[in-house]
Amino acid sequence: MAADTSQSVAKAAGADAGENSGAARGPSRATANGNPRPGRGLGRALATHWYAWAMVAPVVLVLGVIIGWPLVRGVYLSLTDANERNVSRTIGVRHIEATYEFVGLDNYTAVLGDPVFWQRLVWTVLWTVACVSITFVLGLALATMLNRQFRGRAAYRMALILPWAVPGFVSVFAWRFLFNRDNGILNKVLDGGGISAVPWLDDPTWAKFSVIAVNVWLGVPFMMVALLGGLQSIPGELYEAAEMDGARPWQRFRHITLPGLRAVSMTVILLSTIWTFNMFPVIFLLTRGGPGDSTEILVTQAFREAFIASPRDFAGSATWGVLILALLMIFALVYRRSLRKQGEVW
Amino acid sequence: MRRGIAATALVATLALAATACGGDTKGDGGDTKAGGELSGTVTWWDTSNDAEKASFQKIAEAFTAKHPKVTVKYVNVPYGDAQNKVKNAFSSGSEAPDVIRADVGWVADFASLGYLDEVPADTAKKVDAEFLSQAAASGKYEGKTYAVPQVIDTLGLFYNKKMLADAGVQPPKTLEELKTAAAAIKAKTGKTGLYLRGDDSYWFLPFIYGEGGDLVDAKSKTVTVDNAAGVKAFKAARDLVTSGAAVTNATDGWTNMQTAFKSGEVAMMINGPWAVADSYAGDQFKDKANLGVAPVPAGSAKAGAPQGGHDLAVYAGSKNTAAAHAFVEYMTSQEVQVQSAKELSLLPTRTAAYEQPDVKASEMVQFFKPAVDKAVERAWIPENGSLFEPLKVEYTKAVTGASSPEDAAKAAGVEFRKILKGWK
Repeated sequence: MAADTSQSVAKAAGADAGENSGAARGPSRATANGNPRPGRGLGRALATHWYAWAMVAPVVLVLGVIIGWPLVRGVYLSLTDANERNVSRTIGVRHIEATYEFVGLDNYTAVLGDPVFWQRLVWTVLWTVACVSITFVLGLALATMLNRQFRGRAAYRMALILPWAVPGFVSVFAWRFLFNRDNGILNKVLDGGGISAVPWLDDPTWAKFSVIAVNVWLGVPFMMVALLGGLQSIPGELYEAAEMDGARPWQRFRHITLPGLRAVSMTVILLSTIWTFNMFPVIFLLTRGGPGDSTEILVTQAFREAFIASPRDFAGSATWGVLILALLMIFALVYRRSLRKQGEVW
Repeated sequence: MRRGIAATALVATLALAATACGGDTKGDGGDTKAGGELSGTVTWWDTSNDAEKASFQKIAEAFTAKHPKVTVKYVNVPYGDAQNKVKNAFSSGSEAPDVIRADVGWVADFASLGYLDEVPADTAKKVDAEFLSQAAASGKYEGKTYAVPQVIDTLGLFYNKKMLADAGVQPPKTLEELKTAAAAIKAKTGKTGLYLRGDDSYWFLPFIYGEGGDLVDAKSKTVTVDNAAGVKAFKAARDLVTSGAAVTNATDGWTNMQTAFKSGEVAMMINGPWAVADSYAGDQFKDKANLGVAPVPAGSAKAGAPQGGHDLAVYAGSKNTAAAHAFVEYMTSQEVQVQSAKELSLLPTRTAAYEQPDVKASEMVQFFKPAVDKAVERAWIPENGSLFEPLKVEYTKAVTGASSPEDAAKAAGVEFRKILKGWK
């Protein structure tokens, strides 16, 4: 559980930290350029900009404690053989010292040499691509429909945002009831229509379909709201001018709406990719990775590695966590580079 | 360096805040004996199911009648999440319960990690002398007693007497008879014969014992789940589903099984005494006499069901061990065991309890006691509990047809050897 939140938060906060430290470093770098001795430059920067430093310090400190430290510790643990039996712990008045050892890259060779990792990776990528693309298309369609004046617009918006307002685990459990093969409403409805029961969560293929459907259902509101914001920032004059020139609706959509939405959609796609890649609750609560292990993604597998075996394998789980983080960082870098190539300043 | 100090200070502050938030459980816990009298709070994490928990809460809170200065804090933790939750609580120490109801498969694990307080010597002696020997064995680790057995159980074949009579069949004794009976039930009543729990590997054990196999052999440190008997066991379970004798699910098996059995959608299920109270609540068993139990159907070698049950153990870090041990002793006393046998049809672990009229009168106890005596004792190794997770994956795959019995057995063997390092 910790793996998914910490990484998406780490990502979002990482962007924040970059901005903050950038802002803080800006002036000091300028002074350092003018002064060959950086130590004194830093001192002067501190003296002149003490207020800015003071403002930024708590943020840096908190980020360091809640993100930096666990991250560093996670990387360190992945290079050891730490498990529940040899880490330090305090039981009442007794304190047991840590006895784990440094093992280098052994954990990484073990994980990467195991076909399980590659099977999970393939499904995780498939799941992410399917979820993000379907969510984006649906979100865009709904946003376009809502981006016009009509009666009851507020009510529609409320209804469409609902999945987002309900706590995730509540929605997932609700879906689990709907999907139940023997007593679920979905199959009761199908049965009424003369269609035999669908093994929603009992068959590997249907289970994959089901988890994607639920994740799309959960993800659409965010996409819709973000894209609606983007749509409303496109000046109406552009559409008027295009209409005067005789552009048909499809042409207006392709040549005005889509380019106008570029900045917003690139951001939401990146965010949604990272979230989906690490979407622990949907999979874990809906299928527990099952039937068998057919819907297991990387983060749920990392959880399984850490918490199911006894003694709990902290080192192994940290290894999975670091690999997941590395994959996402590579993805973000490639994505950013491809955007820059297309002339996006980002 | 200075930042390091600040960070440490912040962590310390956060830790203090966290403990302050959670402090109320043990705030008045101190091991104070005013004039030899026990006092303080005993937090008990109980894992009994929805049908059982009200009864256990009442029994637990009645401890106060004997020790007025002790407050019992009853917490019900769903069985499925309990092992993880207990480990989290024990390893961090904050919010940890004083007493837990541990599945017999968890005791060795918790004890090996140093989480459990040894049972006082005089109680340990009583456990050896007055309890069923196979129940007492589950509370031991490396020769020391860490837990007192609360209830003992095993699996049996639950059947709907009326449905079997309507179909004109007897309770099946073997898997072959089970298939014949299921076909007759389908023909006469249109319902399915058996519900096979496909999402929990504990239900796989009767099949592997039935073929003369076992998961592991602890004496020779050998993994045996993937030998010939293991493969046959996966085949036997799969065959029940493909032949139409049984229905199964890969998720929500417990709820679906109980719903199907209680509403008469299926005529039989394999289950343990913990399901009796819940089954009586169903439409089909308004007349309790309609519920029958028989030994689990035999495979090609024999009929074998696992020995299970729950033990009560005290957390080594408890601030109130004296009261906690007294609470365990109370919860495993004859009087309490007789009461839970009467109300919930659960099996006592004390030999003498079986002489009590209330226990003797319970039809379920009458059936399950001989079954427990014959039940297969599992290997009480620390890894016992963690074997079930990889086994579940393979068992589900096998019964739903996602993988062949041979592949399932092989894959389970591979996973077991990852957990049991150095085993053959």
